[in-house]
Formats: sequence, structure tokens, C-alpha cells
Amino acid sequence: MAANTKAPILVVLQLSGGNDCLNTVIPYSNPLYRDNRPKVGIPEDQVLAIDNSIGLHPTMGPIKKLYDEGKVAIIQGIGYPKPSRSHFRSMDIWHTCEPEKVGNEGWLGRAIRDIDPQKENVLTGVNFGRGLPRALAAPGVPVASVGNLETYGVLTGIEAEDQRTMALETFSRTYEPMLGKGPVLSYFAQTGLDALEGADILSTAAANYSSTVKYGNDDVAQYMRNIVQTHLANLGTRILYTTAPYNSFDTHAGQLVNHTRLWTQTSKAIEAFYDDLKEHNATDNVVLFVFTEFGRRVHDNGSGTDHGAGGAAFVIGDAVKGGLYGEYPSLEAGKLLEGDLHYNNDFRGTYATLLERWMGMDSKPIVGGTFEQLDFL
Amino acid sequence: MADESIALMAHLMRRAGFGAPYAELETRAKKGYEATVEELLHPETQPDLDQDIMLRYKAEWVNKNALEGQQEEWVFRMINTKRPLEEKIALFWHGILCTGHAKCENPRQQSLQFDMFRHKGLGNFRDLLMELAIDPAMVFYLDNCMSHKGAINENWGRELLELFSLGVGMDGKLNYSEDDVKEAARAFTGWTVVNAIPRYPYGRYLSKFVYDPKDHDAGPKTFLGETGNWNGEDIINIVAKQPAAARFVARHLYNYFVADEPQVPAWQHTPPQDMEAIKQLEAEYFRSNYDIRSMLHVLFNADFFKNARFARVKSPVETVVGTTRLVGDFTFPKPGFNGLTLTIRYMGQDLMNPPTVEGWHTGKEWIDSGTLVERINFTADQVGNVNLPGVRDIIARLRAEGPTLSPERLVDGCLELLGGYKLADETHSELVALARNGGEIRTGDAGFPQRAAQMLQSIVATTEYLFA
Repeated sequence: MAANTKAPILVVLQLSGGNDCLNTVIPYSNPLYRDNRPKVGIPEDQVLAIDNSIGLHPTMGPIKKLYDEGKVAIIQGIGYPKPSRSHFRSMDIWHTCEPEKVGNEGWLGRAIRDIDPQKENVLTGVNFGRGLPRALAAPGVPVASVGNLETYGVLTGIEAEDQRTMALETFSRTYEPMLGKGPVLSYFAQTGLDALEGADILSTAAANYSSTVKYGNDDVAQYMRNIVQTHLANLGTRILYTTAPYNSFDTHAGQLVNHTRLWTQTSKAIEAFYDDLKEHNATDNVVLFVFTEFGRRVHDNGSGTDHGAGGAAFVIGDAVKGGLYGEYPSLEAGKLLEGDLHYNNDFRGTYATLLERWMGMDSKPIVGGTFEQLDFL
Repeated sequence: MADESIALMAHLMRRAGFGAPYAELETRAKKGYEATVEELLHPETQPDLDQDIMLRYKAEWVNKNALEGQQEEWVFRMINTKRPLEEKIALFWHGILCTGHAKCENPRQQSLQFDMFRHKGLGNFRDLLMELAIDPAMVFYLDNCMSHKGAINENWGRELLELFSLGVGMDGKLNYSEDDVKEAARAFTGWTVVNAIPRYPYGRYLSKFVYDPKDHDAGPKTFLGETGNWNGEDIINIVAKQPAAARFVARHLYNYFVADEPQVPAWQHTPPQDMEAIKQLEAEYFRSNYDIRSMLHVLFNADFFKNARFARVKSPVETVVGTTRLVGDFTFPKPGFNGLTLTIRYMGQDLMNPPTVEGWHTGKEWIDSGTLVERINFTADQVGNVNLPGVRDIIARLRAEGPTLSPERLVDGCLELLGGYKLADETHSELVALARNGGEIRTGDAGFPQRAAQMLQSIVATTEYLFA
């Protein structure tokens, strides 16, 4: 793999389920916050204040530390017009940049196609998790989707090594002749051969990695570790993606306990990710983008919070100009949208910023138009 | 052993059901093809599943309060039912007349809709649309409860025409106008639900359909060229008699049971690949007064069906349920069902939760680099497990052929026992080479089961096996 090790890398962490932004980036001195969160509020003395009105959740110490070092951009009030409160639809909109109609092509799938139009590297984009998020899907764009880097591959259930080698040889020899047999079979054959090649190359990543950094055992931490392993293996991967699985941020009930656990894990995973890159002198060309499909209802429901609209996102990295971007949406009753925070900057502006100013790409065809960019890069 | 009647039966069972292990194919072939078609088309002649066992072991399946439990219950039904077409037709309608958990958030309500599909899905299409129009999950999913006299919400009116009955257009012309959508929506004002209790903090409650005459727009409407003071039922009556409705149902049946068609949005401009077959089904639609069972009777007995072997890409549900039936696993409500439903989701089909009201895109679109690896690894793990009864049965049948097998015979025997699979010549010779690799094939050897299982694994990993 002839990879430019200093090419810009984009890592995306998706917080599925709708992260409660009001308890993540907390308007702690606003009396309306207290009024709206009688049961699911964070006491002022526990908030990690970043100025005299906004602070982070108490479990976000590692992110606060990076923020103090100027490496974290917090994008407040991020969203899109006419918000959908369906997990699936809203996530789809974030994935495809199509708020009006249902799209089936992902923004990062399009980006991967632009980076590698000849499909020279089947690992230009890699997902960690089961199944492929729509953000990475585009017709004819190979993207490896890795459940577990240590065990990833085709026919991994065959334990005897010589038997598996033989089965894989047969696999590739039966797929190759299908390449010329009409569009459907050719597509299947190419997809299979790409998966095999990707798995083959990726199998070296875990083996050659060593680090003193300890990650948690939760899914996100393990996937973040896999992302670092893959990045450090210099395989030419430019876009790496992972997801907090099972809609875990969907805290309708028992939010105080669950949200605390989720952000403890997520903050630690991001800390380990950054420390690990640092240990390998590899922080300067990596930017991490953390997003969720929507924020949650302003007023709590007694135990949790229901689906909302405007949210918050994070961009983290050495190259990032840290600080607060966008405006904190008003909590005044008259300025809410059916009980939810109003967005004030379109997520496609943040995508455009990442694509143009970090990845060095033309964002218009990828995000579907021109959107106001932010100055975090 | 290469028995054409069994291969044909395997084809029928893959399409009208979720496949069948070899012993069942033998029994059914003995009974005869046409008799089997009759049995499948009349599920009520076969016993239903034992609800007591399900309730005893899996209360969460019967309470139906959580998505996971309800998905598992359906997968259990598909694996173990004696009425395969009943489940297959329910899945068919679920993929067309869609509701999704992402919006409904009430699995029990959706499960009542699936029961309706089981009971009405082989019947009259007009009646089915009527049931759908008063189905609380649907009324909520497509916002008809938000549509009021003087302030219509077009969602249900539009999808009823576009996705549930006519399609945007056919043979290059449009099937309805924007005005027809509005008039349909007006006709359905007052068709609503009560008992919309918020999920938090009360839990999930069922809704009930009600007709509210005070909220119904009783004024005159012109719909598809006919004028009257139409109510919802009139709209459905007018819809059902359109040639476009016959085309819509025929083409969907063809896509699901016969061969992959282009995706629905392309139908307006892309003619059916087999217009002759579609015409036959359309004629039967009108002859039988819109009866789905009659259309399927024509379809399953037609040469265009019998000849369409491996012309469809298996859906994730068909892949997982079919493989599980083949290997004889999960015949009892044992732990582990969630793994099956998650596998189906990872392959791209989250049961009860289609991505949009358009349902799942089918055919080639099931496959991407993530879902392909999930599919191959799952099927290979199952057929490679020599402890599973279905795999043991395949091995025993191969052993019964004699003390030795030629490499060609090992490959062909496995293909037959998997259900009459056919491979491209190149694939076939590669697998024969693989079989030859381990030296003479002695069926009495202790290593024979492993060797046979290895062959099964290589077969299910081929591109050919992606098709049904």
C-alpha cells in the first residue's frame, strides 16, 4: 500500500438514539434549564463549566481537557429545517443530506468515490460495526464493514487454518469468473472480491499494533481502538466510521443513570483514542467528528426525555480551532419548536467545512448545495 | 437421485415458503406438485402453531410490548409454521403496505396488522385495502388521524395510490393526478384512531379505529374521473377496479414470487420483463374479482414460474429463515432467537421497521460489502455445523450412497440436498477440484462429515447461492 501517511483522515463517531444535548452541553446558569429539567437536570455544582453560561456533563472530563487545550469545537444548535423526530428518518437525513426526499446514497460514500474514483483501494473507507451505515453507502463504492478487527473476514467460522485457506481460495476462484456475467453477477462478484481483499489487508492491522493505552470494554471503546489500529497500519484509509450501537442514546427513561454511563464510556473512548494516536505520533492528520441524529425534548418526562430537534456536535483534533460555534438555541417557550430547540446552523455546513477545509474536497456535489461553513478548521 | 420433481418442489417451497429440508421435499413431491400448491394456498387446512408452548417459554412474544420479542415471534413462526404461505404472504404485504416501528413505536399494534395480513392476505385485494384503511397502525403511520375536514393531510391518500394500489404510472402514462390525491384524502377525513396514549410514562396501549362523521368532508369529489359524495370505501372501490391496480398487484406478485423486477419507482417507465405473464395475472385479477389466492393459483402452476429457478436474490429473512429450516435449528422457543433477528437486521432487513414507506429495495440492492459478508458467514457457519440435525441428515444421505463418492458426486449430491441448486460451469469445476483435493472420498471415514460440511460451506459462499 503506497499511502500518504499524512493525508487528512476523517473519523466519524455516530451517537445513535438521539443524544440529549441539553445535558451534554449544558446551559447551566439559565433558569429555564432548571425549570424544564426538574427530574433530569444536572446540578450546577457538578457541571464542568467552560464559560459562565455553558458547561459539559460531569463525566466529560477528558473532553473538557481537550477543550481547554483548544482542540475541541462544539457546534451548538446544529440541525436542519423541518426536523423529523423519527430516529430512522432523521439519521437518514444526516446520512444522505436529503431532508426533502428519501435518498439512498451516503455523503461519505460519495466522498470515498471522489477520493478514489478508480477504486484502487478497497479500504479508502472502513466502517466498524455490523452492517453498513447509509452514510457510507453509494453504488459501486467498496467499503469494508468490520464487526471486530481481530476476527474480521470472509468464512471466519472455519477454524482449521488450512481448511479456511482452501475455502478462501475456492471462494475467490469461483467469484472471479462471475465478473463478466452481466451487471448483477458482476456486482456481486466484485463486492465479494473487494470484501476478501479488504479482510486480507486488514488482518495485518491488528497483528502489527502495540500500545500502552488501555481502552474500555464497551463497544465504542473497542471500535475506537480498531480505528486507531487501522489508521496506524497505513493502509491508505481516509474515512473511518463507527456507531454507538443499539440506539443507546435513546434515553426516554432512567436518563440520569444511563446518560452518565454513556458519556463516561464515550469520553473515555475518545480520550483513549486521542492518547493512543499521540503515543504513535499520529494526532496531527486526524480529525474526529461526533454527531447524533437529533437532540431531545427540552422538558423532561419525569424520568427521561423524548425525541427532540436541534442538537450539538463535536469536532476534535490538533488541527481544530477549539471553541463554541453556532449559537445556543433559546430555551424560551415562545422560541421552541413544538417543545424542542430550534436549530440555527445546518449540519451540511459542518459537513462542507470538514470536506473543504480538512479533506480538501469540493463539498457541493457531496452535501447537495452550498451551506455556510464554520471556522473550526 | 437427481430428481426433477424434488428440484421443482424445492423451488416451489423456496418461493411459496421459506424452503424445506430434503425429507419434507420428498414427502411433498410424493403428494404431487398441484396438490402441494392447493395445500399452500389453503393454510387453514393445516394446524396453527402451538401458542401454549410459545407463551410458556417466551411470554415476551405473546405480550408483544417490545420490538425484539415481536421480531423473534415472527421469525419463530416463519421457521416452524405448517402454513408457510400464510407467513410468506404476510411478509409480502408487510413489504408493500408498510408500517414502520420507527414511527409507530407500538409493536403490539403492528403485530395485529400482521395477523390481519395472515388472515386476509390471500383474499380479496379490495377487502385487504379496506382492512388497511382502518388499521390503527396504518392510520397513525400515514397520519390519516391528522387529516381533517377543511385541513387535509395527504399522506395516506397519496401512498394509498402511489405505493399501495396503483403506482405512479404504467405503460408511460400517469395513473392518477395530484387532484386525485387531494380528493382521496378528503374522502378519508374522519377516519381516525382513539386512545392515542403517549408511550411515556404510561407504556404502550392499543389504539382503536373510529369513524368521526363530524370530521368527515361529505362534499362532492371527483376521483379518477368519477364524481360523487365519496367516502373512503368508495375510493377503495374505484381504485380496485382500475387496470393499474391489476398491473400493480400482478407485478408485485411477480417480483416477490417469480423473478426480480426493477425497483418500484422505475415501474412507470420500465415495462415488465415478462408482459405475457403479467397479462395472465391481470386477467385473473379481474376474472376472480380481485382474489389474490386465484392469482397465485395461476402463478404457481404456470411455466413462467416453474422455469424461473434462481431468478431472485434471497431477502435477508429468506436467507436466515431458509438456512435455519434447512439445518433444523430453532424448532423450539429456545434461547438465541435474538441472534437470528439481529443477523437479519445486519443483512439489511430490520423486520417491522422498513427504511421508508416504500419498503425494502429488493434484488441486487440487498447486497453490499457489509451485508454480503454477514450473509456468507452466517450461512457457512450453519451448514458447517455437523451437530445440527439438518446437516447430519445431509451427511447420512450422502453416506447411504455407498462407501466411496467421486468428487463430482460429492458436489452434485450436496447441491441436490440443499434444494436442487445449480452452479455455473466454472464454479462447478472449482468445487470439484476442492473435493478432489483431499484424496479419495470414503464416506465411512471419521473425517467424512467434516469434508461434506466443508463442501456445503463452499457452496453457500458462491454467488449462485445468493439466489433463490
